[in-house]
Amino acid sequence: MSDPRRHEALIDTLGAELVPVRRLPAPWLRALGWLSVVAVIAAGLLMHYGITGMLRRWTSAPDLAWAGIGAVLTAIAAAWAAFSLGVPGRSERWAWLPLPPALLWIGASGVGCLRTWIPSETHVAGIHEVNDCLVFIVSFSIPLSACLVWLLRRAFPLRPVLTAVMIGLASAAASASLLEICHAFDAAVTDLLMHVLAVALVIGANAAMGGRLLQPR
Amino acid sequence: MSLSLTAGGMMVLDDGLSLGLQLRAILSAEPTIRANEEADQRRAALMAAAQAGDRRAYERVLADSVGLIRAVARRQGVAPDAVDDVVQETLLTVHRVRHTYDPSRSYDAWLAAIAARRAIDALRSHGRRDRRELHDEYALETHPDRDDATRETEREQSAQQLRDAIATLPPGQREAVEQLALKERSLAEAAQHTGRNAGALKVNLHRALKALRNRIHGEP
Repeated sequence: MSDPRRHEALIDTLGAELVPVRRLPAPWLRALGWLSVVAVIAAGLLMHYGITGMLRRWTSAPDLAWAGIGAVLTAIAAAWAAFSLGVPGRSERWAWLPLPPALLWIGASGVGCLRTWIPSETHVAGIHEVNDCLVFIVSFSIPLSACLVWLLRRAFPLRPVLTAVMIGLASAAASASLLEICHAFDAAVTDLLMHVLAVALVIGANAAMGGRLLQPR
Repeated sequence: MSLSLTAGGMMVLDDGLSLGLQLRAILSAEPTIRANEEADQRRAALMAAAQAGDRRAYERVLADSVGLIRAVARRQGVAPDAVDDVVQETLLTVHRVRHTYDPSRSYDAWLAAIAARRAIDALRSHGRRDRRELHDEYALETHPDRDDATRETEREQSAQQLRDAIATLPPGQREAVEQLALKERSLAEAAQHTGRNAGALKVNLHRALKALRNRIHGEP
């Protein structure tokens, strides 16, 4: 069969197979859907732990508040970027969107560690407590990442590994934000290192596994 | 002095001329750009109708897309004999992911991104095949003709390999291969025999052939 004929035949076949499809909602709307799941979990944690502990820590160490805001904004930006990268034709520059909030998150956490003065209301974390942080971030990131991968499999990410890195960043940042609600101590170097390790683990695992799950079919 | 002034004057004149030429180029390109934008908007509207199930709009937009896909494939460096494969793969992908198109945005940009991806896939798979295959001259020097018995065995082996590959296909695809390729039934006969519609059989056959090609060439 000559090639124009081959294309015509295929177009004819695809036309015969055509059924109406439900259009994918805009990336920001899909990101909002995922973020509302995070918000529901946050509401649950707030009901359980109360808001006073978090506010007390924030007033005595404002950089913790900035780190928390940075983490929340990183989660929002990375989720939005991931959903945008899931649509063919959207710019890859979306991947830069989470960078400024991530810098705020990392920078403010770092400042918290470098502070020599530690407020009396908070105490520095011991090794068991920082392990708890790692477990918390990783265990919340797994379902949040799985949810994002599942949502993005309906899309068509042409850069699967980059998209998976955004998924990892979004879920790790969201988990770190949730951790703020029940974090019982100030950010010390050990704690920050554990957070960095947890975030790196989540992003790395997503890049390795998520990238494969999102490969164009 | 007068020479330098004249030269300066010439340069100004040259600059003026080149600016004029650039301006003319921009002005003459403008209708083309506008025409491209209009064509893009027309395709966007057709694809939006196709998403709602309009078959005629769908076939028109797909037919309109072939030229664009070819251009993208060529730009990516796909060999001329492989461009049509990229067109086919892109059309199939467009069909599968048509729900990801947002009609408020450029159709051409959406299609070009998918076509570029499929072109890169084609380049990669060709690269893999080229590395695996020997150049003819080298093959001729190191592997002289074998006797007929060996060739016969090889033929049997590849037939067996094909039969095994067919056996691993999903039921729908296997059925299409058996009906259309092995039993050489017409589409209408096969459709009557299997109770499936002709379109589904054709798509299944296409997918099966692709899977078999990949299986036999050892690609994922």
